[in-house]
Amino acid sequence: MKRSNAPIFWLLFGAGGMLSALLGTVLVFITGLAVPLGFALGADWMSYPRALAFAQHWLGKAFLFVVIALFAWHAVHRLFHSLHDVGVHAGMTAKLLCYGTAAVLTVAAVVGLLSIGF
Amino acid sequence: MSRDPAIGYRRPMRSWWRRDRFFVRYMLRELTALAVLVYAIVLAVGVVRLSQGEAAFDGWLQALRSPLSLLLHVVLLLSMVVHAHSWFEIMPKTMPLIFVGGRRLAARTIQRTGWAATVVVTVVVFALALWARA
Repeated sequence: MKRSNAPIFWLLFGAGGMLSALLGTVLVFITGLAVPLGFALGADWMSYPRALAFAQHWLGKAFLFVVIALFAWHAVHRLFHSLHDVGVHAGMTAKLLCYGTAAVLTVAAVVGLLSIGF
Repeated sequence: MSRDPAIGYRRPMRSWWRRDRFFVRYMLRELTALAVLVYAIVLAVGVVRLSQGEAAFDGWLQALRSPLSLLLHVVLLLSMVVHAHSWFEIMPKTMPLIFVGGRRLAARTIQRTGWAATVVVTVVVFALALWARA
């Protein structure tokens, strides 16, 4: 019998779900509201030199990669399994579109982070 | 949907979930996955813009300050809270069974532990962000 690849997607889904449950709220608040509004952290908190230094550090790189990739894989897995509920057949096209989106985001993050350098 | 006689009658799918509040909650919960995806896209664009230099990254920062983006992030913030809530709500059903002193660990204990972890992580991350202030 051919081995199923489902556990890999479920694992990514689970890890991403946990990470987004723990980190999602505070990250959205910081990058999407506090910094743009200049609240508490100051408007320069994510300025180019600071963001660059963060992304150049191996820890910052790893953090950004894990957050982007796991959030993406979690979300598409869940959206894919919700398609049936809105009357869309969850066939191969839908599967490729969903997981393809996550793959594109992962590759974009890797390429971006690597070209930023160390 | 289809009126193909070979298939016969099919109950229409449209708006089935609006008939019942339980289903509305279910659909809202599933929709929070979209918020997680949108935020991953926002961050990925930020990383790519950062790799393209200062002007590109400043454009991304500028876009984050637009009213549309602020509104989007308010929606994302609320969705993330709902997402975290639903994640911990189902956790007792998805986790391996835990027994303490011969009794199964109560679902509420698991849910509260999850919420507590989120609160701790939120406070720690925000404290770190304050500490790293410009």
